[in-house]
Amino acid sequence: MSRLLRKHEAKFAAPLLIDFPRATLEAPTIEKEEATSQEIEMPWNVIVHNDPVNLMSYVTMVFQRVFGYPRERAEKHMLEVHNNGRSILWSGVRERAELYVQQLHGYLLLATIEKVS
Amino acid sequence: MEICRRKNQIEISELDPFLAELLRQIPASANPEGAPAAEQRIFSPPINGKETELCAEWKMYVEPELRRLFQTATQTVGADLEQLNGNEKSLVSRTLRIPTKHADAWLSALNQARLVIATKNNFTELELNDHLRSPIGSRRDLSLFQVNFYGFLQEFILRELDC
Repeated sequence: MSRLLRKHEAKFAAPLLIDFPRATLEAPTIEKEEATSQEIEMPWNVIVHNDPVNLMSYVTMVFQRVFGYPRERAEKHMLEVHNNGRSILWSGVRERAELYVQQLHGYLLLATIEKVS
Repeated sequence: MEICRRKNQIEISELDPFLAELLRQIPASANPEGAPAAEQRIFSPPINGKETELCAEWKMYVEPELRRLFQTATQTVGADLEQLNGNEKSLVSRTLRIPTKHADAWLSALNQARLVIATKNNFTELELNDHLRSPIGSRRDLSLFQVNFYGFLQEFILRELDC
């Protein structure tokens, strides 16, 4: 995202060419911007895995505390972990995903980050 | 055993010597040292697969922080449990008062202990959910009872936090 923005800024920062006395304005060439997969950073998922020891009520409380989710949403994720073995709790930039995993490990949940493919 | 909330404390009264001893064992039970599987569970990797750079950084920077966090929790619980020290051989029931501001430390220490015991004994999900298991007849049964007893305390503390 930031690399794309910089590219846009560079293009539009070029001065307009005004040729006096005819004073004609050169029409800007609009390039078609095609974002490649390398330019856009794919987000990272925060995954919580099932663990038979952690209590369901405890896991729900942790989701509420770490992600600030309301109880209903936290319970939905907890049940997803319980029934499907895992749940994606959050997606976004890697640094924040790592921070969430660190917090979840602090509560002794089994959590990992995973790049969105 | 009775458990109730009294102002800023959680009070566990009518604790018989057996349950009091199980409580005394929380800090020791929470220690994963000497059990690689338990250590691996408590300090699990942050990513599946072979991202060795992240795992190495995690071990260097995050794990020591987590160790400190877990140790602080068990130390707080250990200090609360000092109320149960002395007259260990007496058959008189005891009372334990846990300040509610220590609730998070108790949740953490109980969870650490449950995870370490369950990993050491390799309990299956079926065993962990078998709350009607027959009387304690082996060391393994005792460990399972310990996991469930600690889970019961966790549930109570969570309910109190919710209020």
